[in-house]
Amino acid sequence: MTGDKVKADDAIGIETVGMTMQFGNFTALDDVSIKVKPGSFHALLGENGAGKSTLVKCIMGFYHATKGQLMVNNHEVEIPDPRAAHAIGLGMVYQHFTLVPSLTAAENLVISRDDAPAIIDWRKEREALADFLNTMPFKVPLDQPVMSLAAGEKQKLEILKQLYLGRRFLILDEPTSVLTPAEADEVLGLVRNLCKAGKISVLMISHKFREVTMFADEVSVLRRGVMVGGGKVSDLSTDQMASMMVGADLPERNSDRTGSPGHKILSVSGIRAIDRSGLKSIEIDKLDVCAGEIVGIAGISGNGQMELMEILNGQRKYSEGSISIKGLSYSATRTEARELCVRVLPEEPLRNACVANMTVAENIGFRYFDVKNGGSTRFWINNREIRNRAADLVSAFKVKTTSLDSLISSLSGGNVQRAVLARELTGQVDLLVISNPCFGLDFSAVAEIRSRIITARNSGSAVLLMSEDLDEILELSDRIIVMSEGRLAYETLAAQADVGEIGRYMAGHHA
Amino acid sequence: MAEQSLAQLPITAASGPLSKAVRRSEGVVIPIAALLCGLLAFSLFLLVVGKSPIEFYQLIYKAGFGTAFSWQNTLSRSAPLLLAALCVALPARLGLVIIGGEGAIVLGGVATGACASLLMNAPALLAIPTMMAAGALAGAVWIGAVGAMRHYRGVNETISSLLMAYIAIAIMNQLVEGPLRDPASLNKPSTLPLAEHLRVGSLPGMDVHWGLAAGIIACVFSWILIEKTSWGFAARIAGGNVRAAQIQGLPVGKLIVGFTALGGAFGGLAGMFEVSAVQGAANASIAAGFGYTGILIAFLARQNPLAIIPVAILLGGIEASSGLIQRRMDLPDATVLVMQGFIFIAILISETFYGKLRIFDPDGWRS
Repeated sequence: MTGDKVKADDAIGIETVGMTMQFGNFTALDDVSIKVKPGSFHALLGENGAGKSTLVKCIMGFYHATKGQLMVNNHEVEIPDPRAAHAIGLGMVYQHFTLVPSLTAAENLVISRDDAPAIIDWRKEREALADFLNTMPFKVPLDQPVMSLAAGEKQKLEILKQLYLGRRFLILDEPTSVLTPAEADEVLGLVRNLCKAGKISVLMISHKFREVTMFADEVSVLRRGVMVGGGKVSDLSTDQMASMMVGADLPERNSDRTGSPGHKILSVSGIRAIDRSGLKSIEIDKLDVCAGEIVGIAGISGNGQMELMEILNGQRKYSEGSISIKGLSYSATRTEARELCVRVLPEEPLRNACVANMTVAENIGFRYFDVKNGGSTRFWINNREIRNRAADLVSAFKVKTTSLDSLISSLSGGNVQRAVLARELTGQVDLLVISNPCFGLDFSAVAEIRSRIITARNSGSAVLLMSEDLDEILELSDRIIVMSEGRLAYETLAAQADVGEIGRYMAGHHA
Repeated sequence: MAEQSLAQLPITAASGPLSKAVRRSEGVVIPIAALLCGLLAFSLFLLVVGKSPIEFYQLIYKAGFGTAFSWQNTLSRSAPLLLAALCVALPARLGLVIIGGEGAIVLGGVATGACASLLMNAPALLAIPTMMAAGALAGAVWIGAVGAMRHYRGVNETISSLLMAYIAIAIMNQLVEGPLRDPASLNKPSTLPLAEHLRVGSLPGMDVHWGLAAGIIACVFSWILIEKTSWGFAARIAGGNVRAAQIQGLPVGKLIVGFTALGGAFGGLAGMFEVSAVQGAANASIAAGFGYTGILIAFLARQNPLAIIPVAILLGGIEASSGLIQRRMDLPDATVLVMQGFIFIAILISETFYGKLRIFDPDGWRS
């Protein structure tokens, strides 16, 4: 290892050379070369799934790159595991805190050391910590339990912890996603000062242009695992970064669409709710979806799409506003969903739409086990009918399963999604709410599932499609809405879409 | 290529009757194997304390199942166990682990005792159904409250049900030593003894009380509810994946409260039969641990109400034999509890094997 060649107090520079990472047939990183000079603040931009996490995991030794090298201070190094990365001074701050909430800051720092003694001499340690903090440009309260600290203080403590552990190159994975804007500015300002002072170098994964332009020196942009551009932040405009991030050209729009939007089906107005973290609000002023159109909600994940999905499905309470379907108030009960013909395709269907230990036939039967053919409710279930209908749907939707009695969890991801489609797209569908329908599926399943969505649209369903894959939105939608920070920030007709504009709004660059 | 493999359609040999039988056998073979492993481990324990496992198991057989008399003793003890196990199994189908069925039994018994004191002069035809309703209602409210706290406030149902069992026992003590006390009960505070015509008698031709029939009917009823009705189907969805149930618009809260309350009602009914057919009055004797044995039975039966019937009879037989074991082998009567503990640990470990053993998965045979 080259650890001995690194002087303990100086920032480390790193460089990836032609880094390639393959998972089976899928290339997550393709020949990515990024250089982070000592003492620089480098931003890594990209959409979900662009390969940012894969790249930093390769650097930190969680993954072993298929090809390519890592240079640390211009020496080639092998990183077999994260421990080795730590030993040469590479550290990572995760999106979510890794501190022990019930312990104080001082305790967290000391126990995080690899060489923490079995019996800790707290007086000595506290003196050492005080000396260490005196050399730092910022302080955190040492004696309070971490859980009583504000999020910004916790993030500062995470960074202090890395410095305390002797890390001189830090990867920050979306470090501000759990912070308020003011906290984010404070923390990133401190990080930037540490870089300027030559104490650390930073590679920060981010989605937010504002943070990149305000704090970073240089930027690299990944798209679909390929490094598509970069350079000094001062030389680049946000427009240029946006078009690098989302790609300059439009993917081919699906040409199978027929007909034009009809009357209004879904109408959402004035919704106010709290997001998952409890810190931010979801504010949907107005969202309409008409029969025979696909409205695509684009956005980086974590901007409220999941919460919107939950609100529409009755899984999340909202304090104000209303949801109506075909003019009738809608609260997502089974009766309402049945009478108003609402169907839902949540993301990760096995986790959100299926019961893993029930059979394929039973899972397909979720929509009709309690109704008779005539539409009246039934009390006694009819297993034979559930099986027969499932058998028809399995062959109509080409679900590959060894048997109707196999557990749904034994199917591949594409076939689970086919089974859920079979369930949700059968019968009259007036409104279809979809989230990331093709996430993690192989190419042929993706094409087939998208064409089923187009078919539903053509036959008059109103489709609300939330997806983190902008290409999917561009390919399928008639109208595109960008969601950012819990709000609908921008709307455009897909036929006239300007990808750069969409990218800017996705990255939180308003107006 | 993908299109080709899609075209040659799916349903193949693995849906035949053999593979169906194999799939189903998983839920029978694993618990039986776990039971045997638990007994094996307990045998080692007996050897360590210098007793013969063979003699021990022979005595269980003899005292539990050897003669017509021992069968009647066993079946009488099984009656409350059937109902107590349902109090665990029904909520479990919704994903709730309730271990405080004892509370429902105790309060069901107290409600029965109180009811009987009030209706002392009423005809049996009116009074006994009223006592049953009162016992079931007390249990239903008690365990239904656990389900409601779980669903609406996120309170851990396992801990709350256990703590509420202690509260229930304290309430019973408070009542039988206070307002409901029979002044004549000196050493063991009890409610007024049930009037002779209000005591539930034996099944025709047997020396086993009607509680056994009620328990078996309750098990069959529960099985039909879960397997054959749309409520049961909805409960299985909600128990398997709450998010999927919500997406389907199912009333998860009502299902949870309904199934916990029904489980509690059966627990209360167990207390009712203990008071009206065995003890003759509500007192501390009804907190005899049936609720805890019920947990073991429900887990051994894989929360399947029909499987509860044989398992409860087996455990009833084991409990019936504890006296004989104590006398013949000079072992403390808690030895049977030690054995139950061994079995329970083995059952909990066996839970981790479901879906992991390829022999039970016909889909995986060819690969």
